[in-house]
Amino acid sequence: MAISASTVNRRRSPTLLSRLRSRRYAAYWMVLPLVLMVIGLVVYPFFYSIFLSFENKKETKFVGVRNYERLIRYGTFWLVVGNSFRFTLTAVFFKASLGLALALILNNLPFRGQRVWRGVSLIPWVMPLALSSLGWWWIFEPTHSAVNWIFVQFGITPKPWLSDPNWARVSTIVTNIWFGTPFFMIMYLAGLKSIPQSLYEAAEIDGAGATQRFRYVTLPMLRKLIAITMMFSTIVTFANFDIVRILTRGGPRYTTHLFGTYAFNIGIETGHLPRGAAIALFMFPVLGLAAFFILRNIARGEE
Amino acid sequence: MAKITRRKFIKDVAVGSAAVAGAMAAPGVVRKAYAQKPNLSVAMWNHWIPGATDVQRAVMEEWGKKNKVDVRLDFIGPSATEMLTVASAEYRAGTGHDLMVLTTFDGAFFMDKLEPLNDVVDYVQGKYGKYDDNATYLSCIDGKWNTLPAPTGSHSYPMVTRIDMWREYAGIDVVDIFPPDVRKRDPKKVDAYTYDVFLEACKKVKAAGHMFAGAISECSDADDWVCPLFMSFGSFPVDKKGNITIESDATLEALEYMKELTEYMPKEIYGWDDASNNRWIISGRGSAIQNPPSAWGVAARTRPDVAAQLWHHDTPRGPKGRYRGCLWMNWGLWSFSKNKKVAKELLMYLSESAQQWKLISAAKGYDMPQLKPMYAHPVWEEIGPPKGGQYNYMFRGDEVPVVGGYPAHPTIGAQIYRKFLIPVMAAKVTTGEMTPKEAMKWCARELKEVIE
Repeated sequence: MAISASTVNRRRSPTLLSRLRSRRYAAYWMVLPLVLMVIGLVVYPFFYSIFLSFENKKETKFVGVRNYERLIRYGTFWLVVGNSFRFTLTAVFFKASLGLALALILNNLPFRGQRVWRGVSLIPWVMPLALSSLGWWWIFEPTHSAVNWIFVQFGITPKPWLSDPNWARVSTIVTNIWFGTPFFMIMYLAGLKSIPQSLYEAAEIDGAGATQRFRYVTLPMLRKLIAITMMFSTIVTFANFDIVRILTRGGPRYTTHLFGTYAFNIGIETGHLPRGAAIALFMFPVLGLAAFFILRNIARGEE
Repeated sequence: MAKITRRKFIKDVAVGSAAVAGAMAAPGVVRKAYAQKPNLSVAMWNHWIPGATDVQRAVMEEWGKKNKVDVRLDFIGPSATEMLTVASAEYRAGTGHDLMVLTTFDGAFFMDKLEPLNDVVDYVQGKYGKYDDNATYLSCIDGKWNTLPAPTGSHSYPMVTRIDMWREYAGIDVVDIFPPDVRKRDPKKVDAYTYDVFLEACKKVKAAGHMFAGAISECSDADDWVCPLFMSFGSFPVDKKGNITIESDATLEALEYMKELTEYMPKEIYGWDDASNNRWIISGRGSAIQNPPSAWGVAARTRPDVAAQLWHHDTPRGPKGRYRGCLWMNWGLWSFSKNKKVAKELLMYLSESAQQWKLISAAKGYDMPQLKPMYAHPVWEEIGPPKGGQYNYMFRGDEVPVVGGYPAHPTIGAQIYRKFLIPVMAAKVTTGEMTPKEAMKWCARELKEVIE
């Protein structure tokens, strides 16, 4: 259809309002609420906690890095650092290994049975962590532990699950593994499904056995996924709060305190919010470095 | 039908919205014009005793009705952590409730945003006499009453002893030493009930398979029996001036005593929480704990045979006196409240004996008043079985009511208490992790962190 000259003249250049209304900007409008939420609930508190960590206890004076200095010179803080690393590294290792083993088993099940088992094994992960921690507390309860009751029936010596530092660490790690393994399993299962069957067939023709197929086909194909899930899990596990708070409250003798629970104890319970913020912020460089190295590894792998 | 243009649509919607908004706002305006009723928002403690919260609500609403004040109630807890978190949020935000029930040390934490309550305290003390020393220590700092002691939720940690087991296995009749009438007490028998006697008894009840037990872990119950025990030996972590005094012969003596005492206690105590000792005595395995009557309350419902044998009484006497742990709750009025006058009127009303009486009855004896005249309430004599078993839950003798962390400034005391420094120090010695001297040094270092 031909456009007359008068129509062309009537066309005005688009105003700012009409521009913003255009389809091009629709996506921005749609993500705006989320962006605002992230700014309000993540970005602002993060920068505020940095600011807070440079203040004195009454939050009336800027004290620079004094809170950090004090923590570095403080023995209990290093106990918490050790606890956090021990807890995270052990839990993530077992979660990843068990998750992979479970994914391999599930992947080899017949399709119908696989759906049922997949659903069942996700239950620990979909249950609220506070609730499942309460269940585990009942299992490990110092005096009336359900596991110990079973042990006694079989003539095994009961274990001091929550009253001995080493057993208490084991208890918190086991609870975390129970909760987090399904996440790894479902991610690895998705990864296994995406590996082309032809690769396995080719390996088999070349005479590769089950172990070799796993080592030279499955693992390299899952490498990126393993790195990302481990990075994600490391961040979440390092910042864990619920399990320790419910099972041990940091005890016995502070030996299960993590950054999160210790920051809460110092910041909220004993009223030293700036020091609590400093403890929590100690996690940031550690997690930042972990993320950097893992992502760099992935990038190198891609090259 | 007339064609609806976009412009007309927007105009109509705008007019319509304005009309709806006006209609919605109108009743509010009318209501305001009619009522002019002040309102008061109050955060109260959600009592764990069934029915106690209803009585609290009724008392508050009755006052609101009488005084034409719109009282809005929120019940928080019973977890102390939940209450502390809500109070911290309101303190930082500078907005929230007008009046709030605060846990033991919160008056000191939030004192710069709490309205002085000296006038209310003067009124109450003028009528009923002085608050006990522990209440004064927690509420009044440098002459300013930051909070008003409240009986609701306040409790202490007396001995809770199985009458039958201690009679049979330890040869001690706690009913005879601490009868349900203070006039019938034999001062010699009370005086002879010392930590040494207690230790011997613990040895005997252990041999019978029914140990005394108390948490030595990161929980409030641990502070509430371990700290008073240390004070009974003369060991105080920090003095009033802020000097660290933990490294002393008294602490050494208390640690040595704890080392021996824990020989006759179950090993699980290092992982116990606040409810573990309740379960211990209710199960019938234990013969003594230190606790408010909550253990008795649960036993009365689930194990009446055990409940009928539980006697609440004074703690043993140490070389430097007899101390009992107490957790007092307090009313705090935020300085940002716009209804301070009515709030103070309500606090005065709540402190009257008629209201206190009702609240104490509703809590079935669990709540402890901080004013001596309220001890005349008959609940502690009547509740049972065993009848009179809670009579000595009130301070009838020479016990000193204290909170872990005393006598340090409450802001320091709070940290000593909430970091569980004394129980953790005791645990380090009694588990063999450290020698008493090493543990004292460790504690002194922790205290340095707390003070600086």
